[in-house]
Amino acid sequence: MNGGEDAIEVHGLVKRFGEVVALDGVDLVAARGQVLGLLGPNGAGKTTLVRVLATLLRPDAGTARVLGFDVQHDAAALRERIGLAGQYAAVDENLTGSENLIMVGRLYGASRSSATARARELLERFDLLDAAGRPTKTYSGGMRRRLDLAAALVAKPPVLFLDEPTTGLDPRSRSSLWGVIEDLVAGGTTALLTTQYLDEADRLADTIAVIDHGRVIAEGTSDELKDRLGGERLEVRLDAGTDPLVAVQALASMSDEPPALEDGLVKLSVRERSGAIVEAVRRLSDANVGVDDLSLRRPTLDDVFLALTGHAAEEDGADGAPGRERAA
Amino acid sequence: MRRLVTDTLIIAERNLIRLPRAPELFIGYTLQPIMFVLLFRYVFGGAIRTPGYSYVDFLLPGIIVQNASFAGFATALGLNEDMRKGLIDRFRSLPMSRAAVLGGRTLADVATNALSITILIVTGVIIGFGFQVGFLSAVAGVGLLLLFGYAFSWFLAFLGLLVSSPEAVNSVGFVIIFPLTFISSAFVPVASMPAGLKDFAEVNPFTIVVDALRHLWLGAPAHNNVWAALAWSLAIVAVFAPLAVARYRRAAGG
Repeated sequence: MNGGEDAIEVHGLVKRFGEVVALDGVDLVAARGQVLGLLGPNGAGKTTLVRVLATLLRPDAGTARVLGFDVQHDAAALRERIGLAGQYAAVDENLTGSENLIMVGRLYGASRSSATARARELLERFDLLDAAGRPTKTYSGGMRRRLDLAAALVAKPPVLFLDEPTTGLDPRSRSSLWGVIEDLVAGGTTALLTTQYLDEADRLADTIAVIDHGRVIAEGTSDELKDRLGGERLEVRLDAGTDPLVAVQALASMSDEPPALEDGLVKLSVRERSGAIVEAVRRLSDANVGVDDLSLRRPTLDDVFLALTGHAAEEDGADGAPGRERAA
Repeated sequence: MRRLVTDTLIIAERNLIRLPRAPELFIGYTLQPIMFVLLFRYVFGGAIRTPGYSYVDFLLPGIIVQNASFAGFATALGLNEDMRKGLIDRFRSLPMSRAAVLGGRTLADVATNALSITILIVTGVIIGFGFQVGFLSAVAGVGLLLLFGYAFSWFLAFLGLLVSSPEAVNSVGFVIIFPLTFISSAFVPVASMPAGLKDFAEVNPFTIVVDALRHLWLGAPAHNNVWAALAWSLAIVAVFAPLAVARYRRAAGG
């Protein structure tokens, strides 16, 4: 049962909460030792998928295997091999950092002394040794997330589920947590990372699955996804008082699609990078269009996301965890 | 099975080591019961006739049973909070016993209940309560109290998993517990109640447990109340432990 090549295999997974279809036939694969980024807006089904894979939620249809273990039928064996860190920083506020980790270690079946040793190791690694004896309610948000992640690592699980690990963190805590996750993956851990931050997926994930309305709508490496958009993005900021339509007309034949016009910014994707800037400047100058600024860049994941879903990734930020709330 | 025992003890320990750090909880287990004993004894005591007993003798078994039923609020509120904060998700993702989170909570309640019982007995003795039967009988009474409190913790565990917020735990819990404890022999003789209430009070498990305790501590006539009290306690566990565990498994959607 444990011979599969892939760490995570999901086929046709469906989960409904009453009328709401949270997962609508998800297919997904993550190779061992890889970080699979699950990218999608709030309510897309990311948390629900993680909860199914972490054996917290039973799917209505489809199969999901982690390390070859079926999430429904081999749940007990699977739980020995996974770690879960969620967006809610699930640590006991009344216990100290050290007590939290020791408790989790013992619940994984370790003796008190080996759980204590492991807790100390993790506290040191996550830079929490100074705060180890303080109740975690005195911790900052970043410290809690680090402790939560440490708790997920207590049993050195080969597969890690990270559900929006940096949501709500300040930039410094965020980048320190990214560093920790990168170290882990360098050590061979497979991770499923959900995020609504495109830069996070871009930096951490080997492959990215874009999920929206409970379906995977695109999958590939960050570069592959960007390449799908075809070519480079040329952006021209016009001098004040210039007629943008003249610029649009001048540049139109450089692109397969009509250029977009946004706040005095002309945007188009061009087929060829080489010579594109020179060509654009020549055309604009021939048309007597004053240019304030001009740039050529690769498409970002934001562009990809917008093109795929028709909306930006972080637009509806009100509802923290629809999967959890619907299910409760 | 070994897993259930060790995991239950780990969770019980988790819920007890927090106690000394939370003064407000400590006050709940210590000062509050003392306050109720004093209020009842000195405010109502003079107005309530309890033939055959002084009011303090009559009162203490009653108030101590009521208090034992409150011990489980720690479980109800704690589970509710664990659920909302994602801690239950953490536990459910661990290879631990499915019943241990509830078992550990309810076990921790036994310890806090023991603390409250001790404080109430000491307070009672100071204001004039006296055990009328032997030492073993008094100890048996304490055992019955712990068992009944434990049983009631399972009911409150189920309640804590059922409702959506700690506020709801409090309001629903009190709406259930106050009538049950007041329409019983805990504070006044059942004979003094009007007909409808009296009928209810006579079959109320709180009456049965309180009367059993009066038998064990004061030598009151038993009418098989001790066995009935044991049976009620075990029946409450038998009904609500499986319900609570089933609810826990499904909590947050599993």
